[in-house]
Amino acid sequence: MYLLAIDWFFIIEKLVLIALIITLSMVVAMYATYGERKVAAFIQDRIGPNRAGPFGLLQPLADGGKLFFKEEIIPLASSRFLFILGPMLAMITALLTSAVIPWGTAVKIGERMVPLQVADVNIGILYVFGVVSLGVYGIMLGGWASNNKFSLLAAIRGASQMVSYELAMGMSLIAILMLTGSLQMSAIVDAQRGGALGDLASWNIFGGGWQILGFLIFFICALAECNRTPFDLAEAENELNFGYHQEYSSMKLGFYLFAEYINMFISGVIMSTLYFGGYDIPFVNEAKLAMQIGGNWVAVLTFLCLFLKALIFVFVFMWIRWTIPRFRFDQLMHLGWKRLIPLALLNMIITALVVLWLKK
Amino acid sequence: MGVQLTNRSKPVDRRPMNWVERSYLVNIFKGMAITLKHFFKKKVTIQYPEEQRPFSKVFRGLHILNRDEEGRERCTACGLCAVACPAEAITMEAAERQEGEENLYREEKYAARYEINMLRCIFCGYCEEACPKDAIYLSQTFTPSNYTRKGFIYKKEDLLIPNPVTDPEGYKKALGTIKREKEEV
Repeated sequence: MYLLAIDWFFIIEKLVLIALIITLSMVVAMYATYGERKVAAFIQDRIGPNRAGPFGLLQPLADGGKLFFKEEIIPLASSRFLFILGPMLAMITALLTSAVIPWGTAVKIGERMVPLQVADVNIGILYVFGVVSLGVYGIMLGGWASNNKFSLLAAIRGASQMVSYELAMGMSLIAILMLTGSLQMSAIVDAQRGGALGDLASWNIFGGGWQILGFLIFFICALAECNRTPFDLAEAENELNFGYHQEYSSMKLGFYLFAEYINMFISGVIMSTLYFGGYDIPFVNEAKLAMQIGGNWVAVLTFLCLFLKALIFVFVFMWIRWTIPRFRFDQLMHLGWKRLIPLALLNMIITALVVLWLKK
Repeated sequence: MGVQLTNRSKPVDRRPMNWVERSYLVNIFKGMAITLKHFFKKKVTIQYPEEQRPFSKVFRGLHILNRDEEGRERCTACGLCAVACPAEAITMEAAERQEGEENLYREEKYAARYEINMLRCIFCGYCEEACPKDAIYLSQTFTPSNYTRKGFIYKKEDLLIPNPVTDPEGYKKALGTIKREKEEV
Protein backbone atom coordinates (compact mmCIF):
# COMPACT_ATOMS: atom_id res chain seq x y z
CA MET A 1 0.00 0.00 0.00
CA TYR A 2 2.76 2.35 0.94
CA LEU A 3 4.53 1.83 -2.39
CA LEU A 4 1.55 3.17 -4.24
CA ALA A 5 1.85 6.42 -2.38
CA ILE A 6 5.20 7.17 -4.01
CA ASP A 7 4.82 9.98 -6.47
CA TRP A 8 6.62 8.48 -9.45
CA PHE A 9 6.16 11.61 -11.49
CA PHE A 10 7.96 13.58 -8.80
CA ILE A 11 10.91 11.19 -8.83
CA ILE A 12 11.18 11.15 -12.62
CA GLU A 13 10.87 14.91 -12.78
CA LYS A 14 13.70 15.36 -10.30
CA LEU A 15 15.90 12.78 -11.99
CA VAL A 16 15.41 14.45 -15.37
CA LEU A 17 16.18 17.81 -13.82
CA ILE A 18 19.35 16.47 -12.18
CA ALA A 19 20.48 14.94 -15.47
CA LEU A 20 19.81 18.20 -17.28
CA ILE A 21 21.68 20.30 -14.75
CA ILE A 22 24.68 17.97 -14.74
CA THR A 23 24.76 17.93 -18.53
CA LEU A 24 24.45 21.69 -18.63
CA SER A 25 27.28 22.16 -16.13
CA MET A 26 29.50 19.77 -18.07
CA VAL A 27 28.84 21.47 -21.39
CA VAL A 28 29.39 24.88 -19.84
CA ALA A 29 32.63 23.68 -18.26
CA MET A 30 33.79 22.26 -21.58
CA TYR A 31 33.10 25.43 -23.44
CA ALA A 32 34.47 27.53 -20.61
CA THR A 33 37.89 26.02 -21.31
CA TYR A 34 37.47 27.09 -24.92
CA GLY A 35 36.18 30.48 -23.78
CA GLU A 36 39.12 30.93 -21.48
CA ARG A 37 41.56 30.31 -24.27
CA LYS A 38 39.70 32.66 -26.57
CA VAL A 39 39.46 35.41 -23.96
CA ALA A 40 43.16 35.04 -23.18
CA ALA A 41 43.98 35.18 -26.87
CA PHE A 42 41.84 38.24 -27.53
CA ILE A 43 43.28 40.09 -24.57
CA GLN A 44 46.77 39.28 -25.83
CA ASP A 45 45.93 40.34 -29.41
CA ARG A 46 46.02 36.76 -30.63
CA ILE A 47 43.29 34.68 -32.26
CA GLY A 48 43.31 31.56 -30.10
CA PRO A 49 42.05 28.09 -30.97
CA ASN A 50 40.73 28.12 -34.53
CA ARG A 51 41.74 24.78 -36.01
CA ALA A 52 39.14 22.27 -34.84
CA GLY A 53 35.82 23.14 -36.45
CA PRO A 54 34.53 26.61 -37.29
CA PHE A 55 36.19 29.18 -35.01
CA GLY A 56 37.75 26.25 -33.17
CA LEU A 57 34.39 25.35 -31.68
CA LEU A 58 35.18 21.64 -31.65
CA GLN A 59 38.32 22.30 -29.61
CA PRO A 60 36.77 21.18 -26.28
CA LEU A 61 35.86 17.82 -27.84
CA ALA A 62 39.38 17.44 -29.14
CA ASP A 63 40.80 18.32 -25.73
CA GLY A 64 38.45 15.88 -24.04
CA GLY A 65 39.43 13.13 -26.43
CA LYS A 66 43.06 13.83 -25.78
CA LEU A 67 42.55 13.66 -22.02
CA PHE A 68 40.77 10.32 -22.33
CA PHE A 69 43.50 8.74 -24.42
CA LYS A 70 46.41 10.02 -22.37
CA GLU A 71 48.31 7.55 -20.27
CA GLU A 72 47.06 7.42 -16.74
CA ILE A 73 49.84 7.41 -14.19
CA ILE A 74 49.24 6.72 -10.52
CA PRO A 75 52.42 7.12 -8.49
CA LEU A 76 53.41 3.87 -6.77
CA ALA A 77 53.92 5.51 -3.40
CA SER A 78 50.59 7.34 -3.46
CA SER A 79 47.60 6.29 -1.41
CA ARG A 80 45.73 4.85 -4.33
CA PHE A 81 42.22 5.06 -2.94
CA LEU A 82 42.52 8.65 -1.80
CA PHE A 83 44.34 9.56 -4.99
CA ILE A 84 41.35 8.46 -7.02
CA LEU A 85 38.88 9.91 -4.53
CA GLY A 86 40.37 13.42 -4.78
CA PRO A 87 39.24 14.44 -8.27
CA MET A 88 35.91 12.69 -7.73
CA LEU A 89 35.26 14.75 -4.62
CA ALA A 90 36.25 17.94 -6.39
CA MET A 91 33.85 17.18 -9.20
CA ILE A 92 30.97 16.03 -6.99
CA THR A 93 31.12 19.02 -4.67
CA ALA A 94 31.20 21.32 -7.66
CA LEU A 95 28.08 19.71 -9.07
CA LEU A 96 26.18 19.30 -5.79
CA THR A 97 25.85 23.04 -5.25
CA SER A 98 23.61 23.42 -8.26
CA ALA A 99 20.88 21.34 -6.57
CA VAL A 100 19.33 24.20 -4.62
CA ILE A 101 19.52 26.88 -7.30
CA PRO A 102 16.24 28.01 -8.80
CA TRP A 103 16.95 27.98 -12.52
CA GLY A 104 13.76 29.66 -13.66
CA THR A 105 10.03 29.95 -13.15
CA ALA A 106 8.04 26.75 -12.97
CA VAL A 107 7.23 24.80 -16.12
CA LYS A 108 3.73 23.51 -16.63
CA ILE A 109 3.60 19.92 -17.82
CA GLY A 110 0.02 18.73 -18.14
CA GLU A 111 -1.75 19.78 -14.97
CA ARG A 112 1.45 19.90 -12.97
CA MET A 113 3.72 22.80 -12.15
CA VAL A 114 7.31 21.59 -12.22
CA PRO A 115 9.74 23.97 -10.52
CA LEU A 116 13.13 24.29 -12.22
CA GLN A 117 14.91 23.49 -9.00
CA VAL A 118 16.02 20.11 -7.73
CA ALA A 119 15.40 20.83 -4.06
CA ASP A 120 13.87 23.96 -2.62
CA VAL A 121 15.15 23.31 0.87
CA ASN A 122 14.62 26.02 3.44
CA ILE A 123 18.30 26.04 4.37
CA GLY A 124 19.32 26.53 0.74
CA ILE A 125 22.17 28.97 1.13
CA LEU A 126 23.47 27.14 4.20
CA TYR A 127 23.54 23.97 2.12
CA VAL A 128 25.54 25.78 -0.56
CA PHE A 129 28.11 26.81 1.98
CA GLY A 130 28.25 23.36 3.50
CA VAL A 131 28.93 21.77 0.14
CA VAL A 132 31.35 24.44 -1.04
CA SER A 133 33.49 23.95 2.04
CA LEU A 134 33.67 20.25 1.15
CA GLY A 135 35.51 21.33 -1.99
CA VAL A 136 38.57 21.79 0.21
CA TYR A 137 38.73 18.02 0.61
CA GLY A 138 39.10 17.51 -3.11
CA ILE A 139 42.19 19.69 -3.17
CA MET A 140 43.56 18.46 0.15
CA LEU A 141 43.17 14.78 -0.77
CA GLY A 142 44.75 15.36 -4.15
CA GLY A 143 47.78 17.00 -2.57
CA TRP A 144 48.06 14.52 0.30
CA ALA A 145 47.54 11.31 -1.64
CA SER A 146 50.11 12.24 -4.27
CA ASN A 147 52.84 11.64 -1.69
CA ASN A 148 54.72 14.62 -3.06
CA LYS A 149 55.90 17.47 -0.85
CA PHE A 150 55.21 20.11 -3.45
CA SER A 151 51.68 18.89 -4.03
CA LEU A 152 51.08 18.76 -0.29
CA LEU A 153 52.35 22.29 0.21
CA ALA A 154 50.18 23.56 -2.59
CA ALA A 155 47.17 21.72 -1.23
CA ILE A 156 47.72 23.21 2.23
CA ARG A 157 47.95 26.65 0.69
CA GLY A 158 44.77 26.02 -1.23
CA ALA A 159 42.96 24.73 1.82
CA SER A 160 43.99 27.58 4.12
CA GLN A 161 43.06 30.09 1.44
CA MET A 162 39.64 28.58 0.86
CA VAL A 163 38.91 28.37 4.57
CA SER A 164 39.96 32.01 5.11
CA TYR A 165 37.89 33.37 2.28
CA GLU A 166 34.86 31.32 3.19
CA LEU A 167 34.64 33.31 6.39
CA ALA A 168 34.47 36.64 4.66
CA MET A 169 32.10 35.18 2.12
CA GLY A 170 29.72 33.95 4.78
CA MET A 171 29.78 37.28 6.57
CA SER A 172 29.07 39.27 3.44
CA LEU A 173 26.17 36.95 2.84
CA ILE A 174 24.56 37.53 6.23
CA ALA A 175 23.52 40.97 5.00
CA ILE A 176 21.49 39.31 2.25
CA LEU A 177 19.89 36.97 4.75
CA MET A 178 18.92 39.95 6.93
CA LEU A 179 17.34 41.69 3.96
CA THR A 180 15.44 38.62 2.87
CA GLY A 181 14.77 37.01 6.22
CA SER A 182 15.17 33.56 4.77
CA LEU A 183 17.83 31.03 3.87
CA GLN A 184 15.68 29.60 1.11
CA MET A 185 17.04 30.27 -2.38
CA SER A 186 13.61 30.70 -3.96
CA ALA A 187 12.67 33.19 -1.23
CA ILE A 188 15.84 35.19 -1.92
CA VAL A 189 14.92 35.35 -5.60
CA ASP A 190 11.29 36.22 -4.89
CA ALA A 191 12.32 39.03 -2.57
CA GLN A 192 14.18 40.64 -5.45
CA ARG A 193 11.23 40.59 -7.84
CA GLY A 194 8.69 43.30 -8.43
CA GLY A 195 8.93 46.79 -7.00
CA ALA A 196 7.91 50.33 -7.65
CA LEU A 197 10.76 51.14 -10.03
CA GLY A 198 10.63 47.88 -11.95
CA ASP A 199 12.65 44.79 -11.25
CA LEU A 200 16.09 46.28 -11.42
CA ALA A 201 15.46 48.49 -8.40
CA SER A 202 14.62 45.54 -6.21
CA TRP A 203 17.75 43.55 -6.95
CA ASN A 204 19.88 43.24 -3.88
CA ILE A 205 22.82 44.99 -5.47
CA PHE A 206 20.86 48.12 -6.36
CA GLY A 207 17.78 49.53 -4.73
CA GLY A 208 16.90 46.34 -2.91
CA GLY A 209 19.61 46.78 -0.34
CA TRP A 210 22.55 48.58 -1.86
CA GLN A 211 24.72 45.56 -1.31
CA ILE A 212 27.51 46.89 -3.52
CA LEU A 213 30.16 46.48 -0.83
CA GLY A 214 28.74 43.10 0.09
CA PHE A 215 28.78 42.04 -3.53
CA LEU A 216 32.38 43.15 -3.99
CA ILE A 217 33.45 41.12 -0.98
CA PHE A 218 31.42 38.14 -2.13
CA PHE A 219 32.88 38.40 -5.62
CA ILE A 220 36.47 38.52 -4.39
CA CYS A 221 35.81 35.58 -2.10
CA ALA A 222 34.18 33.65 -4.93
CA LEU A 223 37.33 34.19 -6.98
CA ALA A 224 39.38 32.82 -4.11
CA GLU A 225 36.98 29.90 -3.57
CA CYS A 226 37.28 28.86 -7.19
CA ASN A 227 41.06 29.11 -6.92
CA ARG A 228 41.10 31.55 -9.78
CA THR A 229 43.78 34.12 -10.46
CA PRO A 230 44.76 36.33 -8.63
CA PHE A 231 44.09 33.81 -5.86
CA ASP A 232 45.23 30.62 -7.56
CA LEU A 233 47.90 29.84 -5.01
CA ALA A 234 46.94 26.18 -4.93
CA GLU A 235 48.53 25.90 -8.34
CA ALA A 236 51.79 27.77 -8.41
CA GLU A 237 53.94 26.69 -11.26
CA ASN A 238 56.83 28.95 -10.36
CA GLU A 239 57.19 28.15 -6.68
CA LEU A 240 55.77 24.66 -6.32
CA ASN A 241 56.39 23.00 -9.67
CA PHE A 242 52.74 22.84 -10.56
CA GLY A 243 50.35 22.56 -7.65
CA TYR A 244 48.14 20.09 -5.84
CA HIS A 245 47.32 18.19 -9.05
CA GLN A 246 50.91 17.80 -10.15
CA GLU A 247 50.88 13.99 -10.07
CA TYR A 248 47.58 13.71 -11.89
CA SER A 249 47.33 12.79 -15.51
CA SER A 250 44.70 12.11 -18.16
CA MET A 251 41.06 12.38 -17.11
CA LYS A 252 41.79 12.71 -13.40
CA LEU A 253 43.56 15.96 -14.11
CA GLY A 254 40.68 16.72 -16.44
CA PHE A 255 38.27 16.27 -13.54
CA TYR A 256 40.16 18.81 -11.44
CA LEU A 257 40.18 21.31 -14.29
CA PHE A 258 36.52 20.57 -15.01
CA ALA A 259 35.67 21.11 -11.36
CA GLU A 260 37.33 24.52 -11.49
CA TYR A 261 35.23 25.59 -14.45
CA ILE A 262 32.03 24.15 -13.03
CA ASN A 263 32.79 26.00 -9.80
CA MET A 264 33.21 29.18 -11.78
CA PHE A 265 29.89 28.76 -13.50
CA ILE A 266 28.06 27.81 -10.33
CA SER A 267 29.49 30.73 -8.39
CA GLY A 268 28.37 32.96 -11.24
CA VAL A 269 24.89 31.50 -10.87
CA ILE A 270 24.95 31.96 -7.09
CA MET A 271 26.11 35.56 -7.38
CA SER A 272 23.35 36.27 -9.88
CA THR A 273 20.85 34.64 -7.56
CA LEU A 274 21.95 36.50 -4.46
CA TYR A 275 22.65 39.94 -5.85
CA PHE A 276 21.30 40.24 -9.38
CA GLY A 277 17.77 39.00 -9.01
CA GLY A 278 18.37 35.35 -9.93
CA TYR A 279 16.37 34.32 -12.97
CA ASP A 280 14.55 37.64 -12.94
CA ILE A 281 14.48 39.28 -16.38
CA PRO A 282 15.29 42.99 -16.02
CA PHE A 283 12.62 45.52 -17.12
CA VAL A 284 10.10 42.75 -17.73
CA ASN A 285 7.11 41.78 -15.66
CA GLU A 286 7.08 37.98 -15.85
CA ALA A 287 3.45 37.65 -14.85
CA LYS A 288 2.33 39.94 -17.68
CA LEU A 289 4.65 38.23 -20.12
CA ALA A 290 3.25 34.84 -19.12
CA MET A 291 -0.24 36.05 -20.14
CA GLN A 292 1.06 36.93 -23.58
CA ILE A 293 3.39 34.11 -24.55
CA GLY A 294 2.57 31.37 -22.06
CA GLY A 295 4.21 30.29 -18.84
CA ASN A 296 6.53 27.68 -20.33
CA TRP A 297 8.15 30.20 -22.65
CA VAL A 298 8.66 32.53 -19.72
CA ALA A 299 10.36 29.67 -17.88
CA VAL A 300 12.72 29.22 -20.81
CA LEU A 301 13.43 32.94 -20.98
CA THR A 302 14.06 33.23 -17.25
CA PHE A 303 16.40 30.27 -17.43
CA LEU A 304 18.30 31.86 -20.32
CA CYS A 305 18.47 35.11 -18.39
CA LEU A 306 20.06 33.43 -15.38
CA PHE A 307 22.39 31.56 -17.71
CA LEU A 308 23.46 34.78 -19.38
CA LYS A 309 24.04 36.53 -16.07
CA ALA A 310 26.21 33.63 -14.93
CA LEU A 311 28.16 33.66 -18.19
CA ILE A 312 28.86 37.35 -17.74
CA PHE A 313 30.41 36.51 -14.38
CA VAL A 314 32.41 33.70 -15.95
CA PHE A 315 33.69 36.19 -18.49
CA VAL A 316 34.63 38.66 -15.77
CA PHE A 317 36.49 35.87 -13.95
CA MET A 318 38.49 35.19 -17.09
CA TRP A 319 39.00 38.86 -17.77
CA ILE A 320 40.45 39.27 -14.28
CA ARG A 321 42.64 36.23 -14.75
CA TRP A 322 44.35 37.77 -17.75
CA THR A 323 44.72 41.17 -16.11
CA ILE A 324 45.86 40.79 -12.54
CA PRO A 325 48.98 38.94 -11.48
CA ARG A 326 48.92 36.34 -8.73
CA PHE A 327 49.03 37.41 -5.08
CA ARG A 328 51.84 36.49 -2.76
CA PHE A 329 50.60 34.20 -0.02
CA ASP A 330 51.04 36.66 2.83
CA GLN A 331 49.27 39.32 0.77
CA LEU A 332 46.44 36.89 0.23
CA MET A 333 46.07 36.20 3.95
CA HIS A 334 46.41 39.90 4.73
CA LEU A 335 43.62 40.77 2.32
CA GLY A 336 41.40 37.97 3.54
CA TRP A 337 41.69 38.41 7.29
CA LYS A 338 42.59 42.06 7.76
CA ARG A 339 40.60 43.68 4.99
CA LEU A 340 37.71 41.57 3.76
CA ILE A 341 36.48 40.23 7.08
CA PRO A 342 36.33 43.67 8.78
CA LEU A 343 34.68 45.12 5.68
CA ALA A 344 32.16 42.31 5.68
CA LEU A 345 31.42 42.98 9.34
CA LEU A 346 30.98 46.67 8.57
CA ASN A 347 28.63 45.82 5.76
CA MET A 348 26.70 43.58 8.11
CA ILE A 349 26.30 46.35 10.70
CA ILE A 350 25.22 48.94 8.14
CA THR A 351 22.69 46.56 6.66
CA ALA A 352 21.40 45.69 10.12
CA LEU A 353 20.85 49.37 10.88
CA VAL A 354 19.12 49.90 7.55
CA VAL A 355 16.86 46.92 8.12
CA LEU A 356 16.08 48.07 11.66
CA TRP A 357 15.24 51.70 10.99
CA LEU A 358 14.31 52.10 7.37
CA LYS A 359 12.48 48.93 6.49
CA LYS A 360 10.23 48.92 9.54
CA MET B 1 68.41 67.18 -16.14
CA GLY B 2 70.06 64.28 -17.87
CA VAL B 3 69.82 63.13 -21.44
CA GLN B 4 66.29 62.37 -22.53
CA LEU B 5 65.44 60.11 -25.43
CA THR B 6 61.73 60.86 -25.43
CA ASN B 7 59.53 63.35 -23.66
CA ARG B 8 57.31 60.60 -22.31
CA SER B 9 59.27 59.84 -19.15
CA LYS B 10 57.67 60.83 -15.87
CA PRO B 11 59.46 61.68 -12.64
CA VAL B 12 58.94 59.03 -9.97
CA ASP B 13 56.25 60.01 -7.48
CA ARG B 14 57.39 59.00 -4.00
CA ARG B 15 54.56 60.54 -2.03
CA PRO B 16 52.85 58.10 0.37
CA MET B 17 49.62 56.75 -1.07
CA ASN B 18 46.30 57.81 0.37
CA TRP B 19 43.76 55.17 1.37
CA VAL B 20 41.96 55.15 -1.99
CA GLU B 21 45.22 54.44 -3.75
CA ARG B 22 46.20 51.88 -1.14
CA SER B 23 43.03 49.89 -1.80
CA TYR B 24 44.35 49.45 -5.36
CA LEU B 25 40.78 49.17 -6.63
CA VAL B 26 41.09 52.15 -8.95
CA ASN B 27 44.26 50.81 -10.48
CA ILE B 28 42.79 47.33 -10.82
CA PHE B 29 39.87 48.79 -12.76
CA LYS B 30 42.29 50.79 -14.88
CA GLY B 31 44.22 47.64 -15.68
CA MET B 32 41.05 45.80 -16.52
CA ALA B 33 40.02 48.60 -18.86
CA ILE B 34 43.33 48.23 -20.65
CA THR B 35 42.95 44.49 -21.13
CA LEU B 36 39.35 44.94 -22.27
CA LYS B 37 40.53 47.43 -24.88
CA HIS B 38 42.90 44.80 -26.20
CA PHE B 39 39.99 42.36 -26.39
CA PHE B 40 38.57 44.36 -29.30
CA LYS B 41 41.86 45.25 -30.95
CA LYS B 42 43.06 43.96 -34.28
CA LYS B 43 44.93 40.69 -33.91
CA VAL B 44 48.60 41.02 -34.64
CA THR B 45 49.57 37.37 -34.97
CA ILE B 46 50.46 35.85 -38.33
CA GLN B 47 48.33 32.75 -38.98
CA TYR B 48 51.23 30.56 -39.90
CA PRO B 49 50.27 27.89 -42.39
CA GLU B 50 48.01 30.26 -44.33
CA GLU B 51 50.03 33.41 -43.90
CA GLN B 52 53.80 33.33 -44.04
CA ARG B 53 56.17 36.01 -43.04
CA PRO B 54 58.39 36.89 -46.04
CA PHE B 55 62.06 36.17 -45.62
CA SER B 56 64.48 39.04 -45.53
CA LYS B 57 66.51 39.68 -48.65
CA VAL B 58 69.70 38.64 -46.95
CA PHE B 59 68.28 35.47 -45.42
CA ARG B 60 70.55 32.47 -45.81
CA GLY B 61 68.81 29.13 -45.46
CA LEU B 62 69.16 25.57 -46.61
CA HIS B 63 71.71 24.92 -49.36
CA ILE B 64 70.79 23.85 -52.85
CA LEU B 65 72.98 22.53 -55.66
CA ASN B 66 71.95 24.35 -58.78
CA ARG B 67 71.40 23.10 -62.32
CA ASP B 68 71.48 25.05 -65.54
CA GLU B 69 68.50 25.66 -67.86
CA GLU B 70 68.93 22.28 -69.51
CA GLY B 71 68.95 20.49 -66.20
CA ARG B 72 72.65 19.75 -66.07
CA GLU B 73 74.48 19.88 -62.77
CA ARG B 74 76.62 22.95 -62.53
CA CYS B 75 79.04 21.70 -59.89
CA THR B 76 82.46 20.73 -61.19
CA ALA B 77 83.82 19.56 -57.88
CA CYS B 78 86.53 22.22 -57.83
CA GLY B 79 86.44 22.24 -54.04
CA LEU B 80 86.50 26.02 -53.62
CA CYS B 81 83.40 25.93 -51.46
CA ALA B 82 84.99 23.35 -49.17
CA VAL B 83 88.09 25.50 -48.92
CA ALA B 84 86.08 28.64 -48.23
CA CYS B 85 83.95 26.94 -45.58
CA PRO B 86 85.12 28.14 -42.14
CA ALA B 87 83.29 25.34 -40.39
CA GLU B 88 84.67 22.66 -42.69
CA ALA B 89 81.24 21.28 -43.26
CA ILE B 90 81.57 20.43 -46.95
CA THR B 91 83.20 17.31 -48.34
CA MET B 92 83.18 16.10 -51.93
CA GLU B 93 84.62 13.57 -54.30
CA ALA B 94 85.17 14.35 -57.94
CA ALA B 95 84.58 12.04 -60.89
CA GLU B 96 85.07 12.31 -64.62
CA ARG B 97 82.15 12.65 -66.97
CA GLN B 98 81.76 9.60 -69.17
CA GLU B 99 80.68 9.46 -72.76
CA GLY B 100 76.90 9.99 -73.01
CA GLU B 101 76.54 11.82 -69.74
CA GLU B 102 76.68 15.26 -71.34
CA ASN B 103 73.04 15.88 -70.52
CA LEU B 104 73.74 15.22 -66.83
CA TYR B 105 76.82 17.28 -66.08
CA ARG B 106 77.81 20.62 -67.50
CA GLU B 107 81.57 20.20 -67.42
CA GLU B 108 83.98 17.30 -67.77
CA LYS B 109 84.39 16.92 -64.05
CA TYR B 110 81.51 16.57 -61.58
CA ALA B 111 80.90 15.83 -57.91
CA ALA B 112 80.25 12.14 -57.43
CA ARG B 113 79.75 12.70 -53.74
CA TYR B 114 78.83 16.03 -52.22
CA GLU B 115 77.97 16.28 -48.54
CA ILE B 116 77.26 19.14 -46.18
CA ASN B 117 77.22 18.47 -42.48
CA MET B 118 74.36 20.67 -41.31
CA LEU B 119 75.41 20.27 -37.69
CA ARG B 120 78.61 22.12 -38.52
CA CYS B 121 77.29 24.58 -41.08
CA ILE B 122 76.97 28.12 -39.79
CA PHE B 123 75.13 29.45 -42.85
CA CYS B 124 77.77 32.10 -43.48
CA GLY B 125 77.28 31.91 -47.23
CA TYR B 126 80.97 31.79 -48.06
CA CYS B 127 80.46 28.67 -50.17
CA GLU B 128 77.96 30.57 -52.27
CA GLU B 129 80.41 33.41 -52.73
CA ALA B 130 83.34 31.12 -53.47
CA CYS B 131 81.57 29.08 -56.15
CA PRO B 132 82.81 30.08 -59.61
CA LYS B 133 80.19 27.97 -61.36
CA ASP B 134 77.11 29.38 -59.69
CA ALA B 135 76.38 25.90 -58.41
CA ILE B 136 75.71 26.30 -54.69
CA TYR B 137 73.13 28.63 -53.24
CA LEU B 138 71.66 29.25 -49.85
CA SER B 139 67.91 29.11 -50.45
CA GLN B 140 64.97 30.52 -48.50
CA THR B 141 63.88 27.58 -46.42
CA PHE B 142 64.91 26.33 -43.03
CA THR B 143 66.81 23.13 -42.47
CA PRO B 144 64.22 20.54 -41.48
CA SER B 145 64.54 18.80 -38.14
CA ASN B 146 65.74 15.26 -37.85
CA TYR B 147 65.87 12.48 -35.28
CA THR B 148 69.48 11.37 -35.78
CA ARG B 149 72.78 13.17 -36.13
CA LYS B 150 73.38 11.15 -39.26
CA GLY B 151 70.25 12.64 -40.78
CA PHE B 152 71.85 16.06 -40.75
CA ILE B 153 74.60 15.06 -43.16
CA TYR B 154 72.99 16.15 -46.39
CA LYS B 155 73.94 14.15 -49.45
CA LYS B 156 73.83 15.20 -53.05
CA GLU B 157 70.33 13.87 -53.55
CA ASP B 158 69.10 16.04 -50.65
CA LEU B 159 70.79 19.15 -51.98
CA LEU B 160 70.21 18.94 -55.73
CA ILE B 161 67.55 21.26 -57.03
CA PRO B 162 64.70 19.69 -59.09
CA ASN B 163 65.38 19.43 -62.81
CA PRO B 164 63.98 22.51 -64.62
CA VAL B 165 63.20 20.40 -67.69
CA THR B 166 61.24 17.64 -66.01
CA ASP B 167 59.97 19.55 -62.96
CA PRO B 168 59.91 23.28 -63.74
CA GLU B 169 57.62 24.15 -60.82
CA GLY B 170 59.75 22.39 -58.25
CA TYR B 171 62.78 24.10 -59.71
CA LYS B 172 61.22 27.53 -59.38
CA LYS B 173 60.08 26.81 -55.82
CA ALA B 174 63.50 25.60 -54.75
CA LEU B 175 65.18 28.60 -56.31
CA GLY B 176 63.10 30.95 -54.19
CA THR B 177 61.73 34.36 -54.99
CA ILE B 178 64.79 36.51 -54.65
CA LYS B 179 66.81 37.04 -57.79
CA ARG B 180 70.44 36.42 -57.07
CA GLU B 181 72.72 38.94 -58.63
CA LYS B 182 75.59 36.78 -59.70
CA GLU B 183 77.42 36.66 -62.94
CA GLU B 184 76.61 33.77 -65.22
CA VAL B 185 79.75 31.75 -65.88
